[in-house]
Amino acid sequence: MAYTAENNSSSLMAKAVKEGIFAGVIAFGMFLLFVGIETYQDINNQLTWRTRWGLLAVFVAVAAIGRFLTVGFIKPHLDKRKLAKAKSGVLDISTDKSFFHRNFLKIALLFLLCYPFLAMLIFGRQGSLKYVDNFGIQILIYVMLAWGLNIVVGLAGLLDLGYVAFYAVGAYSYALLSANFGFSFWLLLPMAGILAGFWGIILGFPVLRLRGDYLAIVTLAFGEIIRLVLINWTDVTRGTFGISGIAKASFFGIWSFDVGAANNFNKAWGLPSSSVYYKIFLFYVILALCLITAYVTIRLRRMPIGRAWEALREDEIACRSLGINTVTTKLTAFATGAMFGGFAGSFFAARQGFVSPESFVFLESAVILAIVVLGGMGSLTGIAIAAVVMVGGTELLREMEFLKHVFGPDFTPELYRMLLFGLAMIIVMLFKPRGFVGTREPTAFLKERKAVSGSFTKEGHG
Amino acid sequence: MTTGTTTMTKDAILKVDHLSMKFGGLMAINDFSFEAKRGEITALIGPNGAGKTTVFNCITGFYKPTMGMITLKRKDGQDYLLERLRDFEINKVAGVARTFQNIRLFSGLTVLENLLVAQHNVLMKASGYTILGLLGLPAYKTAAAEAIEKARHWLEMADLIDRADDPAGDLSYGAQRRLEIARAMCTGPELLCLDEPAAGLNPKESLTLNTLLRAIRDEGTSLLLIEHDMSVVMEISDHVVVLEYGQKISDGTPDHVKNDPKVIAAYLGVEDDEVEAIEEKLDEGTV
Repeated sequence: MAYTAENNSSSLMAKAVKEGIFAGVIAFGMFLLFVGIETYQDINNQLTWRTRWGLLAVFVAVAAIGRFLTVGFIKPHLDKRKLAKAKSGVLDISTDKSFFHRNFLKIALLFLLCYPFLAMLIFGRQGSLKYVDNFGIQILIYVMLAWGLNIVVGLAGLLDLGYVAFYAVGAYSYALLSANFGFSFWLLLPMAGILAGFWGIILGFPVLRLRGDYLAIVTLAFGEIIRLVLINWTDVTRGTFGISGIAKASFFGIWSFDVGAANNFNKAWGLPSSSVYYKIFLFYVILALCLITAYVTIRLRRMPIGRAWEALREDEIACRSLGINTVTTKLTAFATGAMFGGFAGSFFAARQGFVSPESFVFLESAVILAIVVLGGMGSLTGIAIAAVVMVGGTELLREMEFLKHVFGPDFTPELYRMLLFGLAMIIVMLFKPRGFVGTREPTAFLKERKAVSGSFTKEGHG
Repeated sequence: MTTGTTTMTKDAILKVDHLSMKFGGLMAINDFSFEAKRGEITALIGPNGAGKTTVFNCITGFYKPTMGMITLKRKDGQDYLLERLRDFEINKVAGVARTFQNIRLFSGLTVLENLLVAQHNVLMKASGYTILGLLGLPAYKTAAAEAIEKARHWLEMADLIDRADDPAGDLSYGAQRRLEIARAMCTGPELLCLDEPAAGLNPKESLTLNTLLRAIRDEGTSLLLIEHDMSVVMEISDHVVVLEYGQKISDGTPDHVKNDPKVIAAYLGVEDDEVEAIEEKLDEGTV
């Protein structure tokens, strides 16, 4: 017995070493050209190259040692724990949840309401700017966009790869109407939403006859068309220069945030002049917009139209046999999603003070879609968590100064943003193939509300 | 074609006139006519590939027939030409509901939600096309409560009341078949078309299915069904139509059809191993 155990562990070590070396070799092969060699322009503007053996060695070592530790120690440990759990007969699924789990939404909302003041307390007035703006507002914009897209992709099951087009329509609606007609933010916010929704219907009519892959490709193309129109219609949109000097949002018309204005918010309240108060105001505006999106989505899911969307995702033919007009049902989903994209777009324009076609590239659509898929299609909580992880994570990378000590002084972590983004997606999809929250809350019940496991829900096919 | 509606007998609910359906060079249905009477269970039988499901798809709007006329007479005396309606209108306007040969449930929705989706058009109207419902007006709330009561009624009829809050995909095969029928009934149809409702059911399950179908007929809905299981066909149907190679070969009461030499030839004039299977089925039907 002892002999076999020893034999096992020594063969395990041999296996771990072997796999570690193998992983190192693969990493060497993969990173040799990407990391080991760097091209740069020298003083004479000539493109030359230099080697980065040190950085390459770090990459290879991380892969090799990581694989060695995984095979040699982590996996046997996990297996042992699983075996012990199976023996003791404790099931993984337990019905009683912790206090945090039960009250997660309330705690999260409370935290969000206090967040700007907490940031001010901890980091000071100027220091908190970064946390309110780059983290708070940025993440909430993506939460809102992802919740809007969730109606189209998560509920109705229509794969839309051009969602950023509606975001662009909203942003340019605000920028152009505010610059040319001087309308205020609070008038243009609903107008931008309605215009984007209208645009959604116009696009939807020809597009929604298609299904699956074809729908995805055509929506992708429409997203690009909008961007190209913005670039080339220079008389109106000023092309790649974009539109700058967009009016700020006012405090419901009572106080202005313009520095020179007579009814300046800071002066009226006797606050020191700082842009942080405007950012805090914007934070609450986007928070309110997000909450409206969530509220409307939750209410719509319990309406016949919301149920029809989900039914459409599950089986379109059965829907038609039950007398549901699938064309109008799809159109309403498309238009509602587009409307929230438009709201977010006009907010984005007001916050940025500048819009250009650069902000509405395909990558944005892909990021929003990735957030919806990672969060778990249809789940608002899951999507919010995914947005925090994805957008907050990439923002956080800018702060990772210590990585420079590991990878050398010329390592810029934010350049590896997309690499880590992809890595995170692969990891989530491996361990949580249905996203962070894979279960579905039923919209009606007779006796008790039981969450529907993700293995029963479908992704939709167009 | 103009004579279609005038020659329709008084108690007929569905009249199929000279129906033909061509797929490329293949004549799937060739000049097929029959009538289904109100308050009866009409069965459409025939060997595999006879064109039964094609007839069904023409009636329920999934195919547009090449030729012919399909007339549905509603209780209020209104006639509808089904081949001219759009696919979803056949249920919404003409009141024809159907089930599918390969079950098509909303598997990620709960059993109750499946039945609520079926009441979409009623609820849509009650919710003022969503707008009034979003404002939380009481009219929608009472309509929603009524919809749940209707769903509860059909859950009890289909013996699924204990599974109401489970996902539809979690049900056993027989229960899924019953749920699909219950879901179709929640649309409030006058004619229910069932495509092989007993396929894959064990004898006990087919008995409960027979009871359910009779109960549906007694509540005033006419039925049209395609079936292979002769124990179901012979026991519950009031009228049987036999189809072979897209043409009608027999039409009448179950007893008449059973003894029709043309039908026997159609069923026996197939490969040896299938003959035994059919004979077995016929035996079961007579026991």
